[in-house]
Amino acid sequence: MNSGIRFDGVSVAYGGTTVLDHLDLTVEPGEVMALLGPSGSGKTTALRAVAGFVRPASGRVLIGGQDVTALPPYKRGIGMVVQQYALFPHLRVDANVAFGLKAQKAPKAEIPARVAEALEMTGMAAYARRYPRELSGGQQQRVAIARALAIRPRVLLLDEPLSALDAQLRSGMLAELARLHRELPDVSILYVTHDQVEALTLADRIAVMDKARLQDCGTPQDLYRRPRTEFTASFVGNANLLPVTVGARGVAFAGTDLEVATEDVAPGSGATLCVRPHLVGLGEGPNALRGRVAEVQWRGSTHRLYVEVGGHRVKADVRELRETPALGAEVTLHFAPEDAVLLGSGVSDG
Amino acid sequence: MLVHSRTGRWTAWALFAVLFVPLFALPLLVIVAASFSTHWSGAFPSGPTTAHYAAAVRGESLRALTTSLVTAVTASLVALTLGTWAALASAALGRRGRRILDALFMLPVAVPSVVVGLAVLVAFSQPPVLLNGTRWIVILAHTVLVTAFAHQSVSAAIRRLDPMYEQAAASLGARPAYVLLRVRLPLLLPSLNAAAGLCFALSMGELSATMMLYPPDWLPLPVLIFTATDRGSLFTGSALAVILMAATLLALLAVSHIRTRASFR
Repeated sequence: MNSGIRFDGVSVAYGGTTVLDHLDLTVEPGEVMALLGPSGSGKTTALRAVAGFVRPASGRVLIGGQDVTALPPYKRGIGMVVQQYALFPHLRVDANVAFGLKAQKAPKAEIPARVAEALEMTGMAAYARRYPRELSGGQQQRVAIARALAIRPRVLLLDEPLSALDAQLRSGMLAELARLHRELPDVSILYVTHDQVEALTLADRIAVMDKARLQDCGTPQDLYRRPRTEFTASFVGNANLLPVTVGARGVAFAGTDLEVATEDVAPGSGATLCVRPHLVGLGEGPNALRGRVAEVQWRGSTHRLYVEVGGHRVKADVRELRETPALGAEVTLHFAPEDAVLLGSGVSDG
Repeated sequence: MLVHSRTGRWTAWALFAVLFVPLFALPLLVIVAASFSTHWSGAFPSGPTTAHYAAAVRGESLRALTTSLVTAVTASLVALTLGTWAALASAALGRRGRRILDALFMLPVAVPSVVVGLAVLVAFSQPPVLLNGTRWIVILAHTVLVTAFAHQSVSAAIRRLDPMYEQAAASLGARPAYVLLRVRLPLLLPSLNAAAGLCFALSMGELSATMMLYPPDWLPLPVLIFTATDRGSLFTGSALAVILMAATLLALLAVSHIRTRASFR
C-alpha cells in the first residue's frame, strides 16, 4: 500500500497572516521526514494540515496518492502523537489503545489481540489496566504511540513527541522510535521538532522550515555537511557564518586569504563561508586565522572558544584543553579547505 | 488567605464567627429549634415536641414533598439536557452567534422569577398549548428558570475542555458523534453533575414563580411552607422547612458522591 505524504503548494493563513507559505514536499512511503524549525516556522501547521485540523487556503495534501484536502480528520487514516500525549483520562490504558479500533468498528474479536500487540510493541503491556494519571510522562508517551499504532495507520504524525520528557528519557525514546520504525518499515513518519539532535538521529530526510517557508531539504548528512542556506547552516549545527569576498582561487575574510572551493560562486562577489565549530582547530595549519580570545566555555569534553577575528566572532569547539587560554590572548585557528562550504547568497552577519 | 501570625489567625477566625454565625448559622438554628417547639414567647422556645414532624411526614405534607422532588428531578434533567445541548451547539458557533445564544439562555436569570411565572401563565393559559391547571405548567416554569444555570455552568466547562482530546479522537478515526459520546461527555461528566445539583437545589426552593402557577393537585413544599406560616402555623412551617432543607442536602450529597467518583484528574 502506498503510504507517502505529498504537500502540493500548501498555504495556510490565519486571519490574514500566512503561517505556511506554498509548501511543496514529498514524504516517500516508509520514510521518516523531520520538519525542523524554530517555533512559529510553520512546521506544526504543516503537520496539522496533514491531520486535517487546519484547512489549507490553497494547495493540496495527498496521502498515499489520494487527495485528502477536503476529507475530515476521521477519514484520513493517520496516527498522531502530540507533545501533551492527549490520552483520554477517563479510560484505562487498554481502552485508550482500543479507542481507535472501536471508533472505526474493527471486528470485535480482533480488538484485544491488536491492543496487546500495540502495547507489546511499546513495552507497556504490563500497564494495560492502569489509568493514564497513574503513569509517568515517558510511559504516557509510549501509550500514546501504542494508541496511534493500533489503528495501523498509513502515516504517523509526531508533533514534538519528546519535548515534555527530560533529557535522559528523551534519548531512550529516540532509540525506541528508531526501533519502532524498523519494525514498521511501511509507515511514513512526519516528525515535527525544534531539536536538531532528534531530527539528525531519527530522520531519513530533514525539511528545515523558517518564517512559514521550506528553507532546505535533504538527508541529515547532506544538510549538516553541505547546507544550502545560511539558516540551515546556523540552525543545524550552529555553524560559523563568515562574510567573505570571493577571489579567483579562494576567498578573503578579514584581510586573510583562505583556500576553499569556489566552483559555484562568481569571483568578486560577496558570499558566506560556513564552517562547523568542531571542525575548527586551535594552532597553526591550513587556512590560519589569527585573533584574540573573547570568551571560553568549558563543556565537559570540549572547550568552546569565541575568538575575535577582524571584528567577527569565530566559534571553535576543541578537545578539552589542559591550559585554558586567557581572555584577550592571541591565538591561531585553522580549518581544512574541504570542511568549509561557501554559500552564494549575500551576507547578513548576525 | 495566608495568615502567618498567631494573633492574625485568631482575628481571622473571630471575624469569620462574627460574620458567619448571625448571618448564616443562627437563622437556620432558629428554624430547627422552632420545629421542635410548641411555644416561643421568651428568649428560647419551650414545650418540646416532635408532633410537627409526625404531621409533616403524612398526608398533605408528604404529598408536597413528593411533588417537590418530582418537579425538581424532572426540571433538572430536562434543563441539563437542553442546557448541555445548547452549550455544545454554542461552542461550535462563531463568536457573535455564541454571544447571542448565551444571552438568550441567561434571560430567565436576568428577569425576576415572578415575571417568568406570569409569562408562563399568560402564554399557556389558552389553546393551542393549554397547560394552566396541570402540573406541567409548574414543571415547565422550573425548567425555564434552571436551564439558564445548567447552560452557564456547562458552557464554562466546555470552554475549559482542551480541544486536543477531540482532535486525538478524530485522528483515531472517531466520527463527531462518537467523539461526543465517548470523549467529550465523559470528560464533562463532573461538571454535568455539579450543574444537576445546582438545578435541583434551585428548583427545590423555588417559590415566587410557583406561587403564580400551581394547580390545587400539584402543591410543592415551599408553597406549603408559605401557606402554613401565612396562616400563623409557624412551628409546622419550621418543621416543613427543615424537611425541605434535609431533602435538598441529601440529594446534593448523593450527587457530589457521583461527582467524586466520576472526576478523572
